[in-house]
Amino acid sequence: MSMFEGFRFRRVSSVIHRLDPRVKFFFVCVLFVTAILFSKLPPLILLFFVPLPFVLAAGVQREWIRSMRGALFFAVIIFLFNFVFTYFSTQYPQLPSASLLERSLAMTLRFLVLVESFSVFFLTTSPDHLGLALEQSHVPYEFCFAFTTAVRFVPVLADEAQTIMDAQKARGLELERGNFLKRVRNYIPILIPLIVGAIRRSLELAEAMESRAWGASEKRTNLYVLKLKNADYLLAFGSVLMLIFAVYVWRYVPVPTLITLLRL
Amino acid sequence: MIEVKDLCFTYPTGVEALKGITLTIDDGEFLAIMGQNGAGKTTLVKHFNGLLKPTKGEVVVDGVTTGEVSVAQLARKVGFVFQNPDHQLFCETVEEEVAFALRNFGFEENAIKKRVDWALNLLDITQYRQTSPFMLSGGERKRVALASVLAWDPQVVILDEPTIGQDHQQKEKLRQFIVQLNAQKKTVIVVTHDVEFVAECNPRVVLMTEGKILAEGPAEEILTNQKLVAQASIVPPQITQIFLGLSDFGLPTNVIDVHEARRILLDILEGAS
Amino acid sequence: MAVIKTRDLTYTYPGATKASIKDVSITIEKGEFVVLTGPSGCGKTTLCRCFNGLIPLFYGGKLEGEVVVAGCKVVEHSIYELARHVGLVFQNPENQLFALSVEKDVAFGLENLAVSRDEMRKRVDWALQITGIEDLSERSPHELSGGQQQRVAIACVLAMQPDVMILDEPTSFLDPVGAQKIFEVINELNKELGITVILVEHRLDLASKYANHVIVMDEGKVVLDGEPRGVFNSEKARLIGVGVPKATRLYQILGENGIRLGRVPVTSEEAASLLREVLKRD
Repeated sequence: MSMFEGFRFRRVSSVIHRLDPRVKFFFVCVLFVTAILFSKLPPLILLFFVPLPFVLAAGVQREWIRSMRGALFFAVIIFLFNFVFTYFSTQYPQLPSASLLERSLAMTLRFLVLVESFSVFFLTTSPDHLGLALEQSHVPYEFCFAFTTAVRFVPVLADEAQTIMDAQKARGLELERGNFLKRVRNYIPILIPLIVGAIRRSLELAEAMESRAWGASEKRTNLYVLKLKNADYLLAFGSVLMLIFAVYVWRYVPVPTLITLLRL
Repeated sequence: MIEVKDLCFTYPTGVEALKGITLTIDDGEFLAIMGQNGAGKTTLVKHFNGLLKPTKGEVVVDGVTTGEVSVAQLARKVGFVFQNPDHQLFCETVEEEVAFALRNFGFEENAIKKRVDWALNLLDITQYRQTSPFMLSGGERKRVALASVLAWDPQVVILDEPTIGQDHQQKEKLRQFIVQLNAQKKTVIVVTHDVEFVAECNPRVVLMTEGKILAEGPAEEILTNQKLVAQASIVPPQITQIFLGLSDFGLPTNVIDVHEARRILLDILEGAS
Repeated sequence: MAVIKTRDLTYTYPGATKASIKDVSITIEKGEFVVLTGPSGCGKTTLCRCFNGLIPLFYGGKLEGEVVVAGCKVVEHSIYELARHVGLVFQNPENQLFALSVEKDVAFGLENLAVSRDEMRKRVDWALQITGIEDLSERSPHELSGGQQQRVAIACVLAMQPDVMILDEPTSFLDPVGAQKIFEVINELNKELGITVILVEHRLDLASKYANHVIVMDEGKVVLDGEPRGVFNSEKARLIGVGVPKATRLYQILGENGIRLGRVPVTSEEAASLLREVLKRD
């Protein structure tokens, strides 16, 4: 069940992990907006390096590289799409110009910056921290509860799916046999117990919640409060500065392309 | 015959679950694999029908190395009854459920009908033939799961934690059933941490801890060895505890069965008076 | 003083034709350690659900007769009001933990009751300490063994400081050592904190040494109700197929052969010391 691996909840701690998720999210949004503002290559290259210190400080290089590698496939498609499409619609039959190449690369890099910034956020924010941030951003508690409970039960259901698969294989079920339709049908003996199990489980969960005074008070209290610390203020301040700077450059400074820079 | 030779297994997550297991299980044997949760019991038996393949070493079932054949091929010989029947029941009727494996194995319709009749009768659930398995009680569902495996008459039957959540009478029925299976020359392998149940069955015991075999031998020898039992984090049967407390009277300490206990005590007390 | 009292309690689940419990009249005194047993499907779990209001509020159906818990008539209160008095721990530990850390789970009930943060912190730490899982407070439930998960579930209920704690087959998924630890924790709650314990259990070999009151049910009815020795030694218990402790069984078998021990043993230690007396006499 390797596709669930990414959801598996690991408790790591670092300066970056301890940052307030709300501030981190604001920072990511600033990166996002900045990447959208610029379509030239040099500022996007700079932008690509901004989250790297965060990745290193959080010690999530390996996970980060994995997620970037995942994004690479889409990046290639975006590049080809931009390049080939624009080329055939504007420059064909002359040879493609260098500026076209640069523009396509810029589009691709913008995509990578977006993926990068969000992956930094999700790789360094534990789901319970995220749930807490949601709660304290006045998202209805039912929704936050549903979110954390879903995260809690992803690995449980993955294990259960594995057990069911084993149990049916032990009764001679061969998943990879037959044509496409047969193969889809092969999954029925796995899906039914899984669904029935999930329903039974949700009933038990509801019982346990009721028994622990679910819904007793309109105003729930919370064991944890998110409180902004110095590092959070620093990041928030830095993000605001970056946003102001980006908007200023975008509005008043003519941004050179990489080609003009190289000619200098 | 099942031969396990220096078997090591590591899960993809990196957990080293088995660390060098060597074990031979003869045809017609009754074996209990015991140890605390996480000792590697279930991981070991999942190698017997090929659900897991060795990381190192090999498992040979009736001369066939498990790494070389599919689960479906091995499952014909080695039936595996999972702990929770809800992990396998999915059909609309009990009859269909029992026939499921037979269809997978390509039995003829006639043979399927005969075998379903036989298995339903064996587990005493013929009256539920047309009932949905989901409408049955926990104990009945367990019997349907058992019937659905026994239907193809495998030579080896593995039962994973069969006593969990079962009451005293259900356990007693299960015990009689296992004894009956074993009397028909079937190899029965029970994975369990239920000491009282094993004490009543008195099979050969393999004691596991942390992915290794700690000891093996007759139940009355293994379960009465205080040191071994403690190492495997299980507790001796209550009858054994009583006799361990009386060892200074020269009573034997390898007693696990209440009737055996009675015999010994009567001999001493009647012989004295 | 009675903490739970039922009178002619009869309950039928919605859509069912037969009552799951019939004419149950029992009294449980404050501070008792009750073991509730009987064959599967005898109505034990149903009875427990009547004690904290899951029946009839959550399940619906038809409830007749009367049940009073800690002075409250169950039918007149909501489940969350009763949760302050009665805690319920379920069989499967996995399905009663829903937070991503142990602490947060233990705090769940208190958060619902809007307990202040300082008070909550105190009670969470206290509950973790009593159940011996302080060092697990930051872990996620998925990283814990079944036995640890079940101790968390007990801490969750304990933090709400109930008068009565009901545990429905809490050890059936655990190995002997895990089960032993759970029983010890429960016993401590009963003996040290004076919490009334109702333990639903099949494995009487392990559980009965802590009990001072045993109730046996069969087919929805209470068939035996009294102190453990009397109940385990009764002919009725054997006929219903209650798995009486082996020590008691040995006592009975010896009795049939004309050897009388001083009293009915429940634990192996008791049986051993009673047998010593007999052996010495000869």
